Amino acid sequence: MSLEKIVKVDYVPRVEGQGELKIKVRGDMAEVEFVIYEPPRFFEAFLIGRKFNEIHELTSRICGICPVSHQLAALKAVENAMKVEVSDLTLSLRKLLHMGSHIQSHVLNLYLLAAPDYLGYESIIPMAKDRLEVVKRALRLKKLGNDLVELIGGRAIHPVSTVVGGFTEIPSKRAFDSMKSRLMEAREDAVETVRFVSKFNYPNFERRCEHVALTKDGEYAINDGRLRSTEGLDIREEEYRARIKEEQVDYSWAKHSTVVGRGSYLVGPLARVNLNFKSMTDLTKSVADEVGFKPLCYNPFKNLVARALEVLNLVDTSVEVISNLNLRNERVTEREFKPKEGEGYAIVEAPRGVLYHAYGFDGEGRVKWADIAPPTCQNARNIEEDLKAFVPKIAKMNTGDIALRSEMLVRAYDPCISCSVHAQLTS
Amino acid sequence: MEEEFLDLLKNVEISYFVMAKRENHEGPYDAAFIEGSVSTPRELNELRELRIRSKTLVAFGDCACSGCVPSILNWIPPAVSARVYENFSLIHSKKESFQRVTPLRDFVEVDVELRGCPPRRELILEVLKSLLIGRKPGLKKYSVCMECKMKENVGLLTSEKRPGMGPVTQAGCGAICPTVGRVCEGCYGPMSDANAPSLAREFMELCGLSKDDVVQKFRKYAGLDSKFEGEAG
Repeated sequence: MSLEKIVKVDYVPRVEGQGELKIKVRGDMAEVEFVIYEPPRFFEAFLIGRKFNEIHELTSRICGICPVSHQLAALKAVENAMKVEVSDLTLSLRKLLHMGSHIQSHVLNLYLLAAPDYLGYESIIPMAKDRLEVVKRALRLKKLGNDLVELIGGRAIHPVSTVVGGFTEIPSKRAFDSMKSRLMEAREDAVETVRFVSKFNYPNFERRCEHVALTKDGEYAINDGRLRSTEGLDIREEEYRARIKEEQVDYSWAKHSTVVGRGSYLVGPLARVNLNFKSMTDLTKSVADEVGFKPLCYNPFKNLVARALEVLNLVDTSVEVISNLNLRNERVTEREFKPKEGEGYAIVEAPRGVLYHAYGFDGEGRVKWADIAPPTCQNARNIEEDLKAFVPKIAKMNTGDIALRSEMLVRAYDPCISCSVHAQLTS
Repeated sequence: MEEEFLDLLKNVEISYFVMAKRENHEGPYDAAFIEGSVSTPRELNELRELRIRSKTLVAFGDCACSGCVPSILNWIPPAVSARVYENFSLIHSKKESFQRVTPLRDFVEVDVELRGCPPRRELILEVLKSLLIGRKPGLKKYSVCMECKMKENVGLLTSEKRPGMGPVTQAGCGAICPTVGRVCEGCYGPMSDANAPSLAREFMELCGLSKDDVVQKFRKYAGLDSKFEGEAG
């Protein structure tokens, strides 16, 4: 009879927000609870009654790491409800803005949250002493992401020039030219990031599960497209609630999502790379080949490699997007559009995966109902399923090592716990 | 603060920061930077403990200083917020009771309020440097309109009759919103001698806002602040 081991991490370090891991392993069986105890903030409740042109500003405050994703999802949902058309320039600038924010978030996860585990440090702080070049590269790339967001949005966290219908200010061609040359120089850092992350000694663990991501012909989708999966899901924004079930669990404030009729699923970099690899740039594909990454990959730890490949793809693609910008002066103010009654739906890819926003508005443009599904709610059940399969394989280790490796799996998902603790209003 | 990060590490020791470190220490601390507001008994205990263990307590960001956007919840009837979860009472009783969103200063003495959503990096550095050399941080108390004027922006309220919160809002952000043609939403909270009733009147008479619109404007980043008491409703 095998021994039972109990592993507890009261406050999972190096992830955004406050969560706890409870694991009980005996033989081939593991019980796992990923407990999210950070209190909910009830965004869906207090958005009721607020005006359509401030929803993106308010939902931005759901997260300090992926505010751009919440802004863009909210803006798209509002524009969908009010039938507002936006220009090609707005679409390109929103794409660039979002790409900058993915760079910010990805670099933070890779270097500051995840890398110390694989290099044997408790954090990036002692790493800065021994591996100064690595830390300097991280800081350069992080600043590049910040500066790209600030250039387009007017502020690196919670951008301000984004409004319903477009932007209140369009940066100058000169500013874009100088950003473009910085991005071109940054390709080298991005390639080195993929090489650096690919050398980590990943646990040899695979678990086939459904991977879900936005997809679009001809581009690596982050701002729009259809939601598709490795198991045949293929839906539009409006169909999200009919195909994705969300349920409450009694031990955590985060709700758990499943695909109706199937089960838990994975969202984030690994799902995106698996589904959209062919839309990555030639440079990204050649570096993927060099480091031996091939889709489909079902090792959740390799989320890190996928995330690093995305950093390269983001840097590389943004050069192209800037080159093709048709800059003109088309400023929009925050009160340009008249509200309409209606419902709007939107899905974007936040850095850590699929993000869904939907709203109903009355004739004055006030919110009647709000429904937000952040990526970490969608990954929560899948993280537990991964741990249930993974922990029995390492059950012979001491509890400290089991805890560390379990944390590493959680960190590979880059969960955003603060985002996850508020789900939709039930009627 | 990418450019300052390495220099910063030479001058400060980060003792407790679970979101970035695996090894953390229980204090005592020279300074604690506390993010977020208080909404559960567990958080309140934690805050009181931190106050005891820290020489200087910095309320870091609007949530800690004023409750920020999540404080709008305090005006929502509990029955509406309970609907966010199918079985609210189950989690509520199993986990812990959830209460009103409350800024830190309502429970403990706060030494420095680092305002903004988010606080600007220059202000964070000012506080850190001041702590290191033992002086009072030079945080601005006057209105953000001063910063806006120094940037030579056109006043959106006076010239375009757009409802900007600038006249009652504390400086510090660098007037970034009017600089890109957007009205100030007041994310640095009230300035030291804010005249909220007067601005609320301007919003209605000059900009044509309804009473309800005015309430929502004041009930956004610092609705709980006593300086906005009459206007946030």
